[in-house]
Amino acid sequence: MRKLYISLFLLLGITVAYAQVDKGNLLIKNGTVLTVTKGTLQNTDVLVKDGKISQIGKNIAAPSGYKVVDATGLFVMPGIIDAHSHAGIDAVNEATAPVTAEVFTGDALNPFQMGLYRALAGGVTTIHAMHGSANAIGGQCETIKLRYGVKDPEALRMEGAPRTIKFALGENPTRVHGGGNSIVPRTRMGVEFVIRESFSKAKEYSAKWDAYNKAKTQKGFRGAPPEYNLRLETLADILKGNIIIHCHSYRADEIYMLLKVCKDFGVKKLVFQHVNEGFKVAPELAAYGAMASVFADWWAYKFEVYYSTAYNAAILTRNGVVTSINSDDAELMRHLYHEAAKTQKYGALTDDEALALITINPAKQLGVDNRIGSLETGKDADIAIFKGHPLSSYAVPVYSVVDGLVRFDREKDADDMRIYVDPKQPIETSTIYDNDHAHDSCMEGAEENFEKMFGLN
Amino acid sequence: MKKIFYTAASLFTAVLCAATVTLQAQSPKGKYGTFALTHASIETVTKGIIQNGTVVISNGKIVAVGTNVTIPQGAEVIDCTGQWIYPGMIDGGTQLGLNEVGSDQRTQDFEEVGDIIPQMKALTAVNPNSVLIPVNRISGVTTVIAAPDGDLVPGTAALINLYGYTPDQMYGGFEGVVVNFPNTGRRGFFDRRSDEDIKKASEKAVQKLNDVWDKAVQYHKLDSALKSKDVSYYPEMEALLPVVRGERALMIEANAAKDILAALKWAKDKKVKKVILTGAAEGWRVADEIAKAKVPVVTGPVQGLPSRDYDRYDKPYANAGLMQKAGIKVALRTNQAANVRNLPYHAAFAAAYGMGREEALKAITIVPAEIFGVADRLGSIETGKNATLLVSDGDPLETKTNIKQVFIDGWQIPLVSRQTQLYDEFLKRDPGVTKNK
Repeated sequence: MRKLYISLFLLLGITVAYAQVDKGNLLIKNGTVLTVTKGTLQNTDVLVKDGKISQIGKNIAAPSGYKVVDATGLFVMPGIIDAHSHAGIDAVNEATAPVTAEVFTGDALNPFQMGLYRALAGGVTTIHAMHGSANAIGGQCETIKLRYGVKDPEALRMEGAPRTIKFALGENPTRVHGGGNSIVPRTRMGVEFVIRESFSKAKEYSAKWDAYNKAKTQKGFRGAPPEYNLRLETLADILKGNIIIHCHSYRADEIYMLLKVCKDFGVKKLVFQHVNEGFKVAPELAAYGAMASVFADWWAYKFEVYYSTAYNAAILTRNGVVTSINSDDAELMRHLYHEAAKTQKYGALTDDEALALITINPAKQLGVDNRIGSLETGKDADIAIFKGHPLSSYAVPVYSVVDGLVRFDREKDADDMRIYVDPKQPIETSTIYDNDHAHDSCMEGAEENFEKMFGLN
Repeated sequence: MKKIFYTAASLFTAVLCAATVTLQAQSPKGKYGTFALTHASIETVTKGIIQNGTVVISNGKIVAVGTNVTIPQGAEVIDCTGQWIYPGMIDGGTQLGLNEVGSDQRTQDFEEVGDIIPQMKALTAVNPNSVLIPVNRISGVTTVIAAPDGDLVPGTAALINLYGYTPDQMYGGFEGVVVNFPNTGRRGFFDRRSDEDIKKASEKAVQKLNDVWDKAVQYHKLDSALKSKDVSYYPEMEALLPVVRGERALMIEANAAKDILAALKWAKDKKVKKVILTGAAEGWRVADEIAKAKVPVVTGPVQGLPSRDYDRYDKPYANAGLMQKAGIKVALRTNQAANVRNLPYHAAFAAAYGMGREEALKAITIVPAEIFGVADRLGSIETGKNATLLVSDGDPLETKTNIKQVFIDGWQIPLVSRQTQLYDEFLKRDPGVTKNK
């Protein structure tokens, strides 16, 4: 009996680790269904049961109690996935050391941010809430669903999504640490060294624990365990293949460097972020099986992206690299469908190829393609519905569905969708974003340190 | 001997040809002449759509438009069957030519030292050889405002055409003095000033602006009385003189609703003769007041974020349309340097969120031409206007559409930029992964 209680208690504990996720029953009627992986289906219904797609077909009758969305004349596609965002978190950069693998953006989730709703209103349903790019090895990231309306931060987490970690190469880590603090890395040589050193120490750390764990099982063992170190523990988990690396990078040489480092340490799960010069080493990326998450056309905002081309996504795709288009920005995140569409101008990608850049491909990069990224029976019912084809620049997202619940409804939503009102904020406060700063959200937090250090902005 | 000579000669010719080909491939040049663009759908913007029409370009001008056009002898005929002709797109506010690499001040020339420096001329600092220019113009944006930025009066902006080897060759016929009207809004998440600090700073700035304007008016009186003789050298006064006299526009940047109202009131009180309101992010909130003031607006970026948390998420997209419907003359801008090429997509967003396609197209063609006083030369496909236009295989506001031809001042622009060259080189990289393996 006591055993049963303990089991029950444990079970409860596991359930509590993830907040209860609200799930919906829904029938989407008569839309043009862009499955992304299984073609386009005209006049088709999508049935959602308990948050999962249970049937895709024609003339499905609505079971009683199901919400019905009439999608006649509308386009139904998988909810958009942003593989690079800093939304939904109140802290971005732990810019205090070149290696901070021990921190988690998941500790700073904020379900009240308006940015989450604004992204949802752009058809986005899942985002990768990433650590910033100040450190060569940054913090661990959190894959979250845009369940806008929930107040419990835990309820944002995409339960069961694989662990990911942010790495960063080039100007940002060298500027912050070499430039700002006069420590390694100041150059791309230093960045390589920092990563190799970290992996090597993690290997030693693992070996010590392995030896201890083995010895422990022997009778009469009396030794003490090695010191626990969360940073090294995390790095060791990367080497074991338990964490996907998402690496901020721009130049071809640094991308190639990390490929070689990962090869030497047997690390396979590797996604390059931004990767503006990925097109220059596309054959190497494809051969290694590394993936790429890029901007559609952002360039020239710093020197390491001066030699960019908007054809990057197309070149990578044509060379066989699994490629996604991301935002890294609160504004850009609102129209990723439009960003994906630009690959039709720059490289003539097909509709399915272009849509894959913001659905199934980022799902692969986050290790959640078994759950989301296409409209298929059994997958999570994360769905974006558009007036106009989503790859048209006149397209207007009209509904966003997460786990079968309509969480954005263009017609019915109020103008003011805040769920938290800051009592100290005056009513007449406008924030006019200027373009220059918007591009640096990857350096949020780190820039404040700069201000303190140099009085710069 | 003769044979050797022939061989040598043909070899020489071959080398020459090869050299020419390589040269062309590396730096293709613009082409000037007489062109006939035939069998096109012509979106004139001002005079409707002409199906199966012809546009004749000669001496830098559009010399004929219509379905019954005689093609001049010797004209290069370009068959545009299935294609469209549009006027070149005009971006009402950019830093193109002034801002090469975003984080590197050595490559930036839009922000000079000083709070009131109208004498700083953007046209002087425009880099005709900026790598950004071809990248943007081959998308059909042919003409832009290159604007300085910085403090209260950061300088004088200029309209430039995106083809030419000197600023004078690029000059589009308009200059305006930029005023950043004292801002009571915040500039982003990093702006942590207290409301009190913001208020104080803006009051102080308005005082400064009043002082300089009053001085400029005095300077104008003095200069008029002395007939410009023996007037001491005051560079900022000289730069403001044409503004006081109504010969040059004041481009007043204001975004928050109450700043827009304050700017309009200021311009009225000071009797500023030519005013263009720029930015106007919250223009929709005070659209009737702007309309009443009869001040034209250059707004954008359309793809932007709401300025207040309680505002509807799509207000930045809808803003241009809401202002236009209130009776304001509205042109669009990207406020960009690197991606001015996205101007047509900003227009598409404005169109989709209420402005409608026709008005959105005008907002990047004829309307900015009118606001900048160059509608006799730019902004529509009409006989007598500059041959500054694009040919596309569809609606240029759609991303799927390809731009097939760009003409600026009658020059046929090579559709090549560093970004297309990188595509050509790297789509199928050679060697691939096989070298040294």
